[in-house]
Amino acid sequence: MTLNQLTAHEVIDLIRKKKVSTYEVIQDIYNQIDKVDNFIKAFLILNREEALKQAKEIDIKVKNEEELPPLAGVAVAIKDIITTKGLETTCGSKILKGFIPPYNATVINKLKEAGAIIIGKTNMDEFAMGSSTENSAFGPTCNPWDLERVPGGSSGGSAAAVAADEAFIALGTDTGGSVRQPASFCGMVGLKPTYGRVSRYGLVAYASSLDQIGTITKDVTDCALTMKVISGHDHKDSTSAILEVPDYLKSCQERIEGLKIGVPKEYFIAGLDLEVKDAIDKALKLFERLGAKIEEVSLPHTEYSLATYYLIATAEASSNLARYDGVQYGYRTEDYGDLSSMYKKTRSKGFGNEVKRRIMLGTYALSSGYYDAYYLKAQKVRTLIKEDFDKAFRKYDILVTPTSPTPAFKLKEKVADPLTMYLSDIYTIPINLAGIPAISLNCEYNKNNLPLGLQIIGKPFDEETILRAAYNFEQNSEVERKKPEICSAKCKEVA
Amino acid sequence: MTEKIITKKEVEYVAQLANLKFNEEEKEEFTSQLNSILDYFKKLNEINTENTPPTAYIISMPNLLNEDKVKPSLTQEEVLFNAKHVKKGYFQVPKII
Repeated sequence: MTLNQLTAHEVIDLIRKKKVSTYEVIQDIYNQIDKVDNFIKAFLILNREEALKQAKEIDIKVKNEEELPPLAGVAVAIKDIITTKGLETTCGSKILKGFIPPYNATVINKLKEAGAIIIGKTNMDEFAMGSSTENSAFGPTCNPWDLERVPGGSSGGSAAAVAADEAFIALGTDTGGSVRQPASFCGMVGLKPTYGRVSRYGLVAYASSLDQIGTITKDVTDCALTMKVISGHDHKDSTSAILEVPDYLKSCQERIEGLKIGVPKEYFIAGLDLEVKDAIDKALKLFERLGAKIEEVSLPHTEYSLATYYLIATAEASSNLARYDGVQYGYRTEDYGDLSSMYKKTRSKGFGNEVKRRIMLGTYALSSGYYDAYYLKAQKVRTLIKEDFDKAFRKYDILVTPTSPTPAFKLKEKVADPLTMYLSDIYTIPINLAGIPAISLNCEYNKNNLPLGLQIIGKPFDEETILRAAYNFEQNSEVERKKPEICSAKCKEVA
Repeated sequence: MTEKIITKKEVEYVAQLANLKFNEEEKEEFTSQLNSILDYFKKLNEINTENTPPTAYIISMPNLLNEDKVKPSLTQEEVLFNAKHVKKGYFQVPKII
């Protein structure tokens, strides 16, 4: 057993008790990356020198008996859409290749102040547009559980890195499921906080009314620890909420007796994998045994979520991505005449196909004569979708659903048909439209040893209750926590 | 697909608006893909939203304004660092007049 295989809280404990040094921990992390990342391809860039330097600094603090911040010595991987000062940030796109941000995102500053060590930037679908990480300009990431399958997306690199023990914690972003779906495909814990809970300053914008930074961790305790660090108001993001950040670690350990759980019937429809359905049924029985009360609930506008999401997200994206024009940063084509041709050639060569497709859709939906029929219509339906949740939460404390209708699918399986790919986010998208928090955690492995995710949805700013439900599930579930074996097997072949 | 919602000519017009350029093959592909996606979007017409207000921001929050105070920001050097073409402290673009 090497140190990188532990959870963040286990490593924090060992460092504090002086049983291991931070330097050893970070070395084990990079050893694992050297060993497996040729196959997994979770990372786009590493921060090795700086990370090892920081590890030594923490070890000096330990030696001097100084007080240690909450995440001291924890190796964290960052999705490459969050700006890191001095460390290349590409958003998985050719158009930002070589971009070195002059400032840190607020979450990065918070992690650093908490003693976390940024070990590298992770692969993703270009500008977070995708569900498989296959839309990265730098090639796909593979799922550690089966290298022929996708890790999910768009935070696929982050989820794969944590699953393969290449990091203890990773940050991702979730606009329509991009933290929860890859967490589910890789058997990890993924939390999308309430819109406004975590500052988006320094997060490169995709769809501003839906984007939220979230965490991917090995267990619920690590999730609670990280959320405590990254949450809270930031004067640099006027949409971040001025609310106290609760002690998630403490509250998640309380019992769930009497908790009222709603199970939305619209989520159990054709297209739902039978093994996923069985796993959720089994999970609900466990919640019942723990004293929760379970009832079926209806969210009648669920079937309109996907269309609503793709109209709103692409419209916002077409506006946000107008800034990539080859002037201030990133790629500029070599071959151009006038300004207009420079813009067009730079953007056409710099963006990949899915990004162009979404810019085109969004531009069309916002264009004169179509605005009311598409964008405004979608915003109105968004109101109805949110009202469905408001109504459900008057009666229930949390809602429980599958995270994705299927386990991880094969690489290339859905690339040719964008609409089929979009459908893999059908259970996560409504949550972003409603702005509410949700967590995905592993609840079973299927017959092919692929992880299956359970999604717990909460009221606005009530991350505490979903963490509590998740923690109780994790502590009492009989499903053993496995590690993906394929890594060591495949890697031995090469060694 | 039943009917064409967006024609190739419209795809060319939208590309112009979005500052994108496509070859003939790409135009055909985008026209067909956008048509099937827009066809799926027609689903929203099943719902009557005449009396429903639109939602732009999902969590209602007070409008926050920062104090109008000068604070240190990035230096000119930092701001220009990532530009490929810079001249005399400015971003440089092709001649426009």
